[in-house]
Amino acid sequence: MRLLTHNMLSCNIKGVTNGFPLRLEVEKFVEKEVEFNSDFLKNMFVKIEWKALVNAARSMGYEELPEEADSSMLDSDEFLKKFHHALLELHLEEGALICPETGRRFPVNKGIPNMLLHEDEV
Amino acid sequence: MDHSIQVSPSIRTKEGDEWKNRQVPSRMPSRIAQIRLVSGHPEVYEPCDDSFALVDALLADRMYLLEHKPVLCMEVGCGSGYVITSLAIMLGQGEDVGGIHYFATDINPHAVRVTCETLEAHGVHAEVICDNVASSGLEKRLGGKVDVMVVNPPYVPTPEDEVGRDGIASAWAGGENGRTVIDRILPVADKLLSDRGWLYMVTLTANNPSQICLVMREKGYASRIVVQRSTEEESLHVIKFWRDPDLQVGAAKDPSMATTQRTTSAVVMDSLLSQFPLLSFWRNNNNSST
Ligand SMILES: C[S@@+](CC[C@H](N)C(=O)[O-])C[C@H]1O[C@@H](n2cnc3c(N)ncnc32)[C@H](O)[C@@H]1O
Repeated sequence: MRLLTHNMLSCNIKGVTNGFPLRLEVEKFVEKEVEFNSDFLKNMFVKIEWKALVNAARSMGYEELPEEADSSMLDSDEFLKKFHHALLELHLEEGALICPETGRRFPVNKGIPNMLLHEDEV
Repeated sequence: MDHSIQVSPSIRTKEGDEWKNRQVPSRMPSRIAQIRLVSGHPEVYEPCDDSFALVDALLADRMYLLEHKPVLCMEVGCGSGYVITSLAIMLGQGEDVGGIHYFATDINPHAVRVTCETLEAHGVHAEVICDNVASSGLEKRLGGKVDVMVVNPPYVPTPEDEVGRDGIASAWAGGENGRTVIDRILPVADKLLSDRGWLYMVTLTANNPSQICLVMREKGYASRIVVQRSTEEESLHVIKFWRDPDLQVGAAKDPSMATTQRTTSAVVMDSLLSQFPLLSFWRNNNNSST
């Protein structure tokens, strides 16, 4: 699971108002090289919750992202490279996503998050 | 159907197996997923006529899709992964355009694993998520961001209590008129799709496709049939929906429903007829590659 995906997931248990961002519990992560495409990053930038990405990357030991970001930084190749790496190249393989409000654990196995809710959570 | 294709008898073993022609012989690089590379599991829906119809619809629209330059594409109910893999192969990762990113989701935990294997076997990538489209809340963060969405939903009319059971039953059980899951997907699709979003969905005649078009029309979508196919058991349509700025949301809430319905069917019929040249063009193309 890429951190782009992490950035799009939230806990949708009935009654939860603060289900985003999910905390990462990292048992195993991998880095996979992905072709760099600056246009894609520019397209995605507005769709990304920056803080969530920074913290997710940090939980995989990647500390290079600036705390704050705005669209003017998209002109910098150095910034884009880091953004690219965090967004697309860091994969959570094994672990879990934890709801910030309830602590509910959504397991991630073989890189696939299981977001299915139990009957009493819908 | 396709008399010009020459296949050795050993390949065309029995009727209904003609899809195997697609794989043999492959002199050209494959434009879609290869059946022999599609992974499987007893609890996961195998690529079938409906899957092929959906992929054919995407192939027929491939040029439009490339011009459309989608950024995020998504399949709901990916099953074996045959469709999302085919889409990722035919559109690529968007190196020359703005980059294309793929998501695939399914409610069946076996299916998402199989989808990953199928994607991997073809050397393409999609982000795979196990969730129930009706309750995942994916639209909270992904709302308005999906440019292309493809769905081959469970559409078979069944008793209501068969819907959403574990395993393979969830692949086809569609409840009354086969509409239960479809009707859950439509509002979510509306939320997920971007302003320029396109939805491709497989339907059965029993699902009352023109009524589905009407429901979507009320949400501001125009529609057309991209592929129509009749098999012994069923008649399938792949319908494409897109937001039409000329359609006012709620405009179809005409007091005379009957008139509106007829108009919609007429539009659908028109577009169906206008599609025939394109379809035959693609068929010819398919022939030349085999
Ligand atoms: C007809 S199969 C299509 C499989 C594959 N896309 C294909 O075309 O071969 C429908 C798929 O939808 C999945 N599905 C059913 N209900 C779902 C739901 N509520 N949310 C997500 N996926 C669902 C099933 O598990 C199944 O894999």
